[in-house]
Amino acid sequence: MATEYAFPDNAAKTDAAAAQEFQTEKMSLAMGPSHPSTHGVLRLQLELDGEMVTQCDPIVGYLHRGDEKIAENMTYNQFVPYTDRLDYLAPLANNVAYAIAVEKLANLQVPPRCEAIRVICCELARISAHLLGLGAYGIDVGAWTVFLYSFEEREKLYKLFEELTGARFTTSYTRIGGVARDVPEGWNERVGKFCDQFLPILEEMLNLLTRNKIFIDRTQGIGIISKEDAIGYGLTGPNLRGSGVTFDLRKDKPYSGYEQYEFDVPVGTTGDCYDRYLCRGEEMRQSVRIVRQVLKNFPGGSFYAEDARKIFAPRKDKVLTSMEELINNFMIVTEGPLMPPGEVYFEAENPKGALGFFIVSKGGGVPYRLKIRAPSFCNLSILPKVCKGTLVSDVVSILGSLDFVMGECDR
Amino acid sequence: MTAPADVTAAFQAKFPQATSRPSGDHPAFNLPVAEVHAALKYLRDEAAHDFLVDVTAIDNGVDASPRFTVIWHVYSTTRHGYVRLAADCASDENPVAPTVSDLWPTANWHERETYDLLGVKFENHPDLRRILMWEGYPYHPLRKDFPLAGIQTPLPDIEVAELTKASVKPAPMAGGPFVASSGEMNLTDAEPRAKDESWTERHEKPAPTSE
Repeated sequence: MATEYAFPDNAAKTDAAAAQEFQTEKMSLAMGPSHPSTHGVLRLQLELDGEMVTQCDPIVGYLHRGDEKIAENMTYNQFVPYTDRLDYLAPLANNVAYAIAVEKLANLQVPPRCEAIRVICCELARISAHLLGLGAYGIDVGAWTVFLYSFEEREKLYKLFEELTGARFTTSYTRIGGVARDVPEGWNERVGKFCDQFLPILEEMLNLLTRNKIFIDRTQGIGIISKEDAIGYGLTGPNLRGSGVTFDLRKDKPYSGYEQYEFDVPVGTTGDCYDRYLCRGEEMRQSVRIVRQVLKNFPGGSFYAEDARKIFAPRKDKVLTSMEELINNFMIVTEGPLMPPGEVYFEAENPKGALGFFIVSKGGGVPYRLKIRAPSFCNLSILPKVCKGTLVSDVVSILGSLDFVMGECDR
Repeated sequence: MTAPADVTAAFQAKFPQATSRPSGDHPAFNLPVAEVHAALKYLRDEAAHDFLVDVTAIDNGVDASPRFTVIWHVYSTTRHGYVRLAADCASDENPVAPTVSDLWPTANWHERETYDLLGVKFENHPDLRRILMWEGYPYHPLRKDFPLAGIQTPLPDIEVAELTKASVKPAPMAGGPFVASSGEMNLTDAEPRAKDESWTERHEKPAPTSE
């Protein structure tokens, strides 16, 4: 029984026809869990017919920590550091998504300054995550140089993150009802300067790939995901947009004041690896555009919701001088921020896709159930479909183009 | 085919058994579990909610009945709205819900995860294996009766287990972390305390009192 495989050129097709004549035996190959192209601990159980993948079964869960179980046993603010470790390439964006979800539960509106800080955080996190995605993708398909450029830029971003949050990597910056601290003196100017010098470097970096013959050969027409499949498999983020679906929660369901900013949502046309790469490149340009707009009209005022007295812990100077604030602080730290009972679901447009939090509260300071909808988890579920009938080397290319993070997938 | 302008009203007209579910944000409905498949099909094909965002379940507590509630979230990529469906599983010991993986392939993994962590079985699922825990793991960790620290279990690989005599042990919590209980209760009960799940190298984990 001859199977029709998708091949980039006819030479391989002839080979396949010849191979079928000889009735080759199928081979089973475990790619991962520690394979450089699987970006973490993902295992692909491949069934091969020569170089051809006839079946692909992704095995996830090696990094399962039980975050949802942990969340049920601690107060809302205590869970913030755990969100850092979901998509650990964009911890700030996770912090913001989680904070907004809980604030929705509390029906709390944060002031414009807090929203603006959060938007900058999200967009810088997006740039940082896409830079890594791009650099690592370059390595996967044989272009080392991009990685060196992108990591230099990431280093600059990490310096900015450190200044803002005190940590380069595990930022834990948001609190329910605000952020941990205000932006430091002169930070905004430094972010502006970063944006100015970043754009030319980004162009240089993208030029290394966009018209690179080897890169194009390895990505164009590979791993094509149709619009229907992309939606059916629950893909989100650049992977969905690469297939031509205009789906961007920042535009469609604006949160944190995204409706004020002008930006374009890039979409692909064919849905192959190359389109997904192009989308990421363009998204970084748009992120810079958003950051510049925020900086231009940076609102004054408070960086936390001042009316949220039982939710946002009072400032230290007040705690040490007023009895009432001391008690309030004690209650928030020990019991957690007081939440009404209810159910909310909130999704934010994170670098990898829509990161969702479904929170069931029965009142009090601890969630009854917290479900994390991880974009990488859904993005990976399409692998059996998209890897079938490709070559082993294309699997590497497809994996890189999906740009997933196992910390988030396995939770 | 045009989708109805008011999804909530149209949905309730189509499924009179659906009752509205308290929700902090999106329209939400409680449905009998038998109607879920038809309801989701209706939402996808006729009400333009073409994107299945999430499938999950809630364990309402060991003594609660119905104990398991399965939750579906669908999103409309054209109208930018969510709808939440909830259905209580009929049996508390052996909770079963219909699969929607024939409508959305993404449901395949979501349902596997729900089965893995909460033990809700999905009828007619093409491949209901565990996904985050390993095959053969005896518990469903997100159930409320599963302790935070974990339970001692044999290693997934029998050969390695025989050779090393090792097993999966509960997490050494060493008296912490301080955890609070959810729900409104009096201050003394709500106060965070270390759950009795700790063990260290010097002190063995206390034996479970009930099974």
